[in-house]
Amino acid sequence: MPKVTVDGVELEVPAGATVLQACELAGKEIPRFCYHERLSIAGNCRMCLVEVKPGPPKPQASCALPAGEGQEIRTDSEMVRKAREGVMEFLLINHPLDCPICDQGGECDLQDQAVAYGRGATRYEENKRAVTEKYMGPLIKTQMTRCIHCTRCVRFSEEIAGVDEIGALYRGENMQITTYLEKAASHEMSANVIDLCPVGALTSRPYAFEARPWELKKTNSIDVSDACGANIRIDSRGREVLRVLPRINDDVNEEWISDKARYQIDGLTSRRLDKPWVRSKSGKLQAASWDEAFAVVAKADPGSSIAAVASDIVDCETMFAAKKLLGALGSTLLEGRQTGMDYDTSSLAAVNFNTTFAEIENADAVLIVGSNVRAEAPLLNVRLRKAVKRGAKVFLIGPEWDTTFGGTFIGNDLGLVSNLPADAAEAFKGAERPAVIVGGGAIAKGAIPAALAMAKTYNLVRDGWNGFNVLHLAAARMGGLMLGYAQKGGLADIVAAKPKVLLSLGADEVDYSKFDGSLKVYIGHHGDKGAHAADVILPAAAYTEKAGTYVNTEGRVQFAEKAVFAPGDAREDWTILRALADALKVDVGFDSFEQLRDAMVAQVPALGVEALADYGSDLPAGDAAISGEVGYPVQDFYMTNPIARASATMQRCSAELLHGEDFAEAAE
Amino acid sequence: MSDRHLAPDTPELRERWGKFAFNPEWDAKAKAAIARYPEGRQKSAVMALLDYAQRQVGEETETQGWLPIPVMEYVADYLDMPVLRVVEVASFYMMYNLVPVGKFHVQVCGTTPCMLRGSDDIMATCKARGMSLGHTTDDGMWTLTEVECMGNCATAPMVQINDDNFEDLTSERLESVLDALARGEQPKAGTQEPGRHTSEPGGGPTTLKDMVSENRDYRGEW
Repeated sequence: MPKVTVDGVELEVPAGATVLQACELAGKEIPRFCYHERLSIAGNCRMCLVEVKPGPPKPQASCALPAGEGQEIRTDSEMVRKAREGVMEFLLINHPLDCPICDQGGECDLQDQAVAYGRGATRYEENKRAVTEKYMGPLIKTQMTRCIHCTRCVRFSEEIAGVDEIGALYRGENMQITTYLEKAASHEMSANVIDLCPVGALTSRPYAFEARPWELKKTNSIDVSDACGANIRIDSRGREVLRVLPRINDDVNEEWISDKARYQIDGLTSRRLDKPWVRSKSGKLQAASWDEAFAVVAKADPGSSIAAVASDIVDCETMFAAKKLLGALGSTLLEGRQTGMDYDTSSLAAVNFNTTFAEIENADAVLIVGSNVRAEAPLLNVRLRKAVKRGAKVFLIGPEWDTTFGGTFIGNDLGLVSNLPADAAEAFKGAERPAVIVGGGAIAKGAIPAALAMAKTYNLVRDGWNGFNVLHLAAARMGGLMLGYAQKGGLADIVAAKPKVLLSLGADEVDYSKFDGSLKVYIGHHGDKGAHAADVILPAAAYTEKAGTYVNTEGRVQFAEKAVFAPGDAREDWTILRALADALKVDVGFDSFEQLRDAMVAQVPALGVEALADYGSDLPAGDAAISGEVGYPVQDFYMTNPIARASATMQRCSAELLHGEDFAEAAE
Repeated sequence: MSDRHLAPDTPELRERWGKFAFNPEWDAKAKAAIARYPEGRQKSAVMALLDYAQRQVGEETETQGWLPIPVMEYVADYLDMPVLRVVEVASFYMMYNLVPVGKFHVQVCGTTPCMLRGSDDIMATCKARGMSLGHTTDDGMWTLTEVECMGNCATAPMVQINDDNFEDLTSERLESVLDALARGEQPKAGTQEPGRHTSEPGGGPTTLKDMVSENRDYRGEW
């Protein structure tokens, strides 16, 4: 713990801290461009210069200088002021003065720091450097003349994403950031470089020229595109969501989000259901009023013969409201696993990501069973890469995919879970913090019992460590399971019950042909597969248009707030279910969202606290007998939910990045 | 610095260089270069391999060689590293030619000491012979480049032609060097000043005079 003096104030800093971190601990702001907490130190922008004694009598780059015992650091001296002015003047030599037409304007590090630390005027009269335009794909818009060579994007793609797709060609003033042969950046986290870029060189292509940051209303929310539950900020203007940015949460998403979480939002304005529809006798859907739609449902008079199937992206409040409605009618036919999975849910610890994302970084042996982590949970992939960098050995069962962290594919037979090859078994026996991750493909093949048996064999649950993990794909899955959206036999039980009325809470992956005899009431927001099969469509709100509680695959309960209003006649889901209760002449016991939430928390207290739900660490015994091959459920990363399928941006990503279609660059 | 850029990735380029592979001679050298580094650090040999690849390209085209994109991809594959990292290295160093050059690559130093000693005349001489900066002459013989300091300031001005330096140049001396090269001869490399051997001071030593004939310990006199 070295003791340093910053501007005359003595303080102790942690061993290994840099001078920049010491200054921050002392409450001093140090301007910087290349330094970023989550990336390696480059030390090439020189903006963080400070005066340090003892040392050479010149300003030092504080980001790359270790804090040492007895250092005297000055951030307010004349030397430092002049050094910063000098560096800023050099940076601005080749930076175009195009702030009025730059999308970074208003949230630009260079702009802010030029105001705070720069000279008032320029002395430069030569020509500025110009850089040819670079193509980086459908998500990243480039204007490389603005680049100040901080190399954050290069370090991100190499260190965090693990795909060397962005690099710096040529040298000195002529250095150019580019992808190889200007191919599109195709990593599923690639758009995070837009947030990292301190200037307007890399900006968001779909958001280009849409808005200025100060016009936007900022709402805290939770991402629903996968089961990670990334913390996001929704920026909206009027009734439209314009962009999604990550919020920092070190337990979940650090400060990254996947490209799908960021860019599926333009799907919120297309293919929307904005008025009720009723299927006529001729079999065609016809627009109706809310009263007419409710009358059709009331006429079916389901009694207790009613079932509810929840979608993958629905919030807990909606699921609970439907549960109350069914309860009032005397039915418990609830299911959320749309594709027919029927794993045992008597112990939620056995279907949960127990290690947590933050802790999986510390694992030293990991077995991934049937999961293409890059497509199913890109944020977890980043964590696994960190674990491997710290020395973890990763083994994978399933068809080979392009991992960004190495790892050994030991075969594509689920029998291997119970019968690990020698090197994997060796690694797990010697491991201090071993973990198994059961992915979507393996869950569908019933691999959870075998993984539980394996957890017992290798003692994965030990003091202070729980290495048993199930990686779900649906943002609504853990919340649904906590609310009892699971039948013993899965969806097959619902089919067998032949309900008169099937309430579909936005369920788009269900095979509706099995429900031919039921009145299918679709409460959802997109005209996707579910709406095509429905008899009555009640337009509801998407995740940006309602407050709600989501539980991610770790069992982490998180609250999202409402950013905008639903379009047209669409209403928030819980109000539809409340009105439906009146139409069916039953009492569900809530009249407001607060009452609904209170009732839900009363029944499942864990849903009322923003924290990890405690499922205990006792795992059921499991059953080692299993065999068969495994496949991956996510075939197209950009098309996994109805919002993304409606999004033009995601469609283009899918066509260009996954299916290799060529898009001619539009001239600007 | 000159305007460097990658040669465009065209089907013709792929056709010509797509099947590039080290011949046995360069392959042996490449393996030797990789063997200098510890196991798993084969990437460290990237600079040597790029040089070898450029020289082999030079042999095949009877020029000084350059690095077409498929050749860089071959080197990346050879070293099991991302192509982009190889291109970064190749584009950083001036010694790697990113576009084709001629049989003789004339690199004129234009940094301050050479400039003060008359590099402008040297450049003018080259241009008078039909060369132009950054281009290869139509007969494929000469490529002219202006480079930064080559470390021969004591014998300025200088040019580097292929792997040899020619120093203490005047227009006439450069003309005779170029004429000799054009005739297929190999002129004497190094200083062109009659009576001078390397970079010793012109007109005899001015310091440490007592050490000319025998070693002498000056330390007592400091």
